Amino acid sequence: MSLLKVESLSKSFTSGGMWSGKRKVTHAVNDVSFEVAKGETLAIVGESGSGKSTTARLVMRLLEADAGRITLLGEDVSQLKGSALRRKRRHMQMVFQDPFASLNPRMKIADSVGEGLRVHAPELNSKQRRAKVAGILEQCGMDDSVLDRYPHQFSGGQRQRIGIARALAVSPELLVLDEPVSALDVSVQAQILNLLSDLQKEHELAYLFISHDLSVVRHVADRVAVMFAGRIVEQGDVQDVYVRPKHPYTRELLDARPVGHPSQRHAAGDEIVRSDEGVADAGCPFRLRCPFARSDCETFDARLSGGEHRIACLHPL
Amino acid sequence: MLKIEHLSLAIPAPGGDRQAVSDVSLTLAPGHVLGLVGESGCGKTLTAQAILRLGESQGIVRTAGRVLLDDADVFGMPEPELRTVRGGRISMIFQEPMTALNPVFSIGAQLTEVIRLHLDLTRPAAEERAIGLLADVGLQDGAGLLRQYPDSLSGGMRQRVLIAMAMAADPDYIIADEPTTALDVSVQKRIIDLLRGLQEKRGLGMLLVTHDFGLVAELCDEVAVMYAGHIVERGPVADIFDKPAHPYTRALMHCRPEADGRHKRLPAISGQVPSPGKWPEGCRFAARCPLAAIECSTPVREDAWQEGRHLARCVKVMEVLKDEKLEAFL
Repeated sequence: MSLLKVESLSKSFTSGGMWSGKRKVTHAVNDVSFEVAKGETLAIVGESGSGKSTTARLVMRLLEADAGRITLLGEDVSQLKGSALRRKRRHMQMVFQDPFASLNPRMKIADSVGEGLRVHAPELNSKQRRAKVAGILEQCGMDDSVLDRYPHQFSGGQRQRIGIARALAVSPELLVLDEPVSALDVSVQAQILNLLSDLQKEHELAYLFISHDLSVVRHVADRVAVMFAGRIVEQGDVQDVYVRPKHPYTRELLDARPVGHPSQRHAAGDEIVRSDEGVADAGCPFRLRCPFARSDCETFDARLSGGEHRIACLHPL
Repeated sequence: MLKIEHLSLAIPAPGGDRQAVSDVSLTLAPGHVLGLVGESGCGKTLTAQAILRLGESQGIVRTAGRVLLDDADVFGMPEPELRTVRGGRISMIFQEPMTALNPVFSIGAQLTEVIRLHLDLTRPAAEERAIGLLADVGLQDGAGLLRQYPDSLSGGMRQRVLIAMAMAADPDYIIADEPTTALDVSVQKRIIDLLRGLQEKRGLGMLLVTHDFGLVAELCDEVAVMYAGHIVERGPVADIFDKPAHPYTRALMHCRPEADGRHKRLPAISGQVPSPGKWPEGCRFAARCPLAAIECSTPVREDAWQEGRHLARCVKVMEVLKDEKLEAFL
């Protein structure tokens, strides 16, 4: 049984139409399905506007989906409300890109990290709670001198450790991590990635890891889902997808990574410059940018198909 | 030639100015790309902005050194002359294409304003030049674009418009501060190609300020690595990549996940960059360096280790080079 199962999740937003302009519907997340098993990392990678963060928020039920089903530990949580939803949230917690924005600036670290325990472990008295919080912070590489300090007294990396500790406090099985290292300096990124990997092993945590960074995703993920314009266009084992991408968009993303050494530079101008954007409203959403697009792509329903390594493309590489 | 000589800068702080950049020297020749690399807070942006004296409005003070543009000291220039240098001889491209354009003016108004500031052109001639510049940066239908406003453009298009703006007066030098950091990967790649193409075609001297060694590998001829307000390593790009000599450079290069390193432990630098002015007397990296020893507590010269044009401010380079797999950082 998978820990988290997401089926045909969809969410659209409308914009405009109040005073001027046309009412416009954006399918932020369109028929997205995936599973995450205990202890594994599924990464969702995509560019801005691809719907990856919206997917994370839908899974956490911070946003209401228009359609689709979310099953956590065998129970359908998509319709849960109020206290039933809160109880279920103990099993999945979120870590945000900017931990400063997600920590209450007027709350001491001990209270921020221990907040979830008040709800989920009401049997603990304040002393026991404080001890538990100190233990979690220690696992995240912070000593107990931080307990009575405030968020603004910490650097970005330390705040992210606190954000992770806060999520871990209620002993979840799944962490939904939305760009957890994107706002950090590279040397600090490495510290946090190492921490996440240690914690995963120790607690058999499952990660739903949202990122735009292909190198980071390759490092942390077991499986990867590539999103484009609200849809998953390719999904599979991270090694398969990176070594043998089948969807032209995945290939474009991988080719766009900067080289690792100056000797690998391509000569300027050997690139076909395609338009910066352009998402097709009907058919394959990538077809306007795709070098392999043909007429049948205009009517393609862009559904994933295949076994372990799945793609949504009529003319795979 | 554009030269920074022994530049030191201080930033205002409660309780007195704090040293933020100390004794930085750089030379940028026409047709060359120099990468200024470091993490946030190391002083790279302050250094780059000082070339055009842009920090002065925020109270940043030059405490020593000078910036020479063909032997004329930028800090000694009267305001009118400085205005012709800014955007005329030396242009700047910023990180945030979202905030660098004024949302209430059309692209055309902003682009022709820059053109007419530096070149004596009539409005129609300036518009024609604007359309040509937009074409140079890969934006077709320039005429239509001139009537549009920034919020209708994507991040990639805005950055192209800003690059076009920087090229408006045919400058000799470009300072690009994290020009692709806010952009998506596929857009980033196109902007890199565009910058390289323009730089080669026009023989521009470019100072690229970045934290990303990938960008350095793509664009630079020379590299200077900054840490805690000064330069810790410099040299030709191939030397820096083949044989990074300063432990900070090495760690910075290798703490990015590599292609086949799935789930492997990453080398990490513990602790954090010391804040401006709170630098130790000796090596500024020593507190975070696993190889630090007693000899690191006295000041270290920039050329403590040298091989040709490749310099490193470190007295333990021989040991650094021996630790090929960076085990000290694991």
